[in-house]
Amino acid sequence: MKTKGEITMPTTEYVIEPGKYEIVSTVVLDAPRELVFKAYTDPALFAKWWGPSRYENRIEKFDTRPGGSWRVVQVGADGSEHGFHGVNHDVVVNERICQTFEYEGVPGHVALQTATFEDLGNKTRITAQIVFQSVMDRDGMVASGMRSGADESMERLAELLASQS
Amino acid sequence: MANDQLSLTFAALADPTRRAILARLAQGEASVTELAKPFDLSLPGVSKHLKVLQRAGLVRQSRNAQWRPCRLDVSRLREASEWVGEYRRFWDESFRRLDDVLQEMIKEEKKTDEDKGRDHDADD
Repeated sequence: MKTKGEITMPTTEYVIEPGKYEIVSTVVLDAPRELVFKAYTDPALFAKWWGPSRYENRIEKFDTRPGGSWRVVQVGADGSEHGFHGVNHDVVVNERICQTFEYEGVPGHVALQTATFEDLGNKTRITAQIVFQSVMDRDGMVASGMRSGADESMERLAELLASQS
Repeated sequence: MANDQLSLTFAALADPTRRAILARLAQGEASVTELAKPFDLSLPGVSKHLKVLQRAGLVRQSRNAQWRPCRLDVSRLREASEWVGEYRRFWDESFRRLDDVLQEMIKEEKKTDEDKGRDHDADD
């Protein structure tokens, strides 16, 4: 139960099915969907939240009209840069954003991602679907692009098993 | 069905009985008979699940000892766990930060509304 003033962490659910080309993540956030849509489409706001906090986001292009392109570079403390870009395909105000996504570290592997915003009164359910061109792409993109070098311990393994059982 | 390693691992993990077998083996090695007992499964039933787990590289069965114990091979599980972990870390953290940004936006909106209210009062 949530009480007033209590800090709650949003819990994201992930559905990753074997042999499929997609990943679906769902999260409910405590804000009306107009604000969520704004946080997704205003470059200054987007730069504040997208990706791990150890990277600064440098927004190079951010045209959120259908057909407009975007490019975001994640800059690490050591100066390392990871570029991502794509084209906005379908943008319906307050409802959904459908765009292509390509990690420049592995060029030529384009994914299609769709974020859908569902109005739950003062809350919003975000469903983020990302469809890759192959299972290998799905499994390879994350492995190369989002690696943090963290070594997984046996506890994590136990956690994984416990959460799956 | 793709035959890449992660797909094999995830497919093997998709079944609750196989996850229970892995959880049992996480506590130590066991024979096929020992594994069958808590699951109310026939020996061929357990063997079938074990074959899937072995093909995915999650379980190894010793050929030396008479009772051929099965044991967990954690490297594949670790790979799968790491992979899911990377993706989750990226988006867990993003959504947490998005939540912070949204709460800031809500606060600012309220403040602007209050300021407007005050201006309005002054006008009257």
